[in-house]
Amino acid sequence: MQILAISGSLRRHSNNTRLLRALREEAPEDVEITIWDGLKQLPHYDADDDVVPGPITVEAFRQLVREADAVVFATPEYNSSIPGALKNALDWGSRPLATNAFRNKPVAVIASSAGAFGAVWAAAELRKVLSAMGARVAEIELAVGHASEKFDAEGQLIDDDVRPGLRDVLTALIAETTPNLQAA
Amino acid sequence: MTITAETTAVPTGTWQADTVHSSVTFEVPYAVATFSGSVSDFDATLADGRLTGAARIASIAVKDQNLEAHLLSPEFFDAERHPEVGFVTDRIRRNGDAVEVEGQITIKGITRPATLRGTIVGPTVDHFGKNRVGLRLETTVDRTEFDINWNMPLPSGEPALANEVTLKADLTLVGQDA
Repeated sequence: MQILAISGSLRRHSNNTRLLRALREEAPEDVEITIWDGLKQLPHYDADDDVVPGPITVEAFRQLVREADAVVFATPEYNSSIPGALKNALDWGSRPLATNAFRNKPVAVIASSAGAFGAVWAAAELRKVLSAMGARVAEIELAVGHASEKFDAEGQLIDDDVRPGLRDVLTALIAETTPNLQAA
Repeated sequence: MTITAETTAVPTGTWQADTVHSSVTFEVPYAVATFSGSVSDFDATLADGRLTGAARIASIAVKDQNLEAHLLSPEFFDAERHPEVGFVTDRIRRNGDAVEVEGQITIKGITRPATLRGTIVGPTVDHFGKNRVGLRLETTVDRTEFDINWNMPLPSGEPALANEVTLKADLTLVGQDA
């Protein structure tokens, strides 16, 4: 199984990107998690450029999403919402809306922030956007607060209390990829 | 009294929907008006007094392709996992032209009891010599009971989309035994 992991933060030492690396460490043997690093290369969404085929970086992004069995996001919170760069990627990814690469794609949302709340508003916002795009949003929430205290100088997750939550995210996301899974 | 008995009888035998001359539609209050749509790929059979029907939700038609995709998504019908909606009858009662059908509706994999009310016409012989029965049925369901919960608040705070959805089936049923 292939899971595409998208960090909403461009920062080199992003806690969200580090969380995705820790998530990769928790993945079962048959699950391969690829952390996408192309967010910064996407142009700003412009309907005038939204043609077929779209910009090369955009088409590459859409192709990665199509090929993945599931997509997991880790987002920080900027001004009570998701970062503009992440929203920009989703705006490209949502086009054309009726047949976009995220439609019916199982997705899960992780959020983390340096503050106490762990970017819960951003997570809710991201879930809303993904639902509107037609993605299959896993019923799992993981918000990691005080994120900067959770990693060592090398970026390794040192707070083992976070790991069960990461495993829960993976379990929920993998369950969503099961064909014809009946809603609970 | 014999005449009364005939007009209150539910037709026996097997009758199948002529889908060209039938429709399955829905209506739901949205903001200030009523939003409606239809499902074109369906079948319905009246056999020995039991009406059964199924509709393929992928054939849902509204006036916007993007909205159709939204209706098929997990936020609404989740057509990938629940491709069909269905109805089975427990009991049909007829009184003249009036008809009441009690049964079970299944939407998004969730089954709930429902009573459909409407009118019945026939049986009557058409211009090709086939027996036809007309059945117009309607019921209202609470979509949230079927895990269809999407909404959007209006500036007033009121939800844009009502929970009560009217389902309508206007069926021409053709006798299969004649």
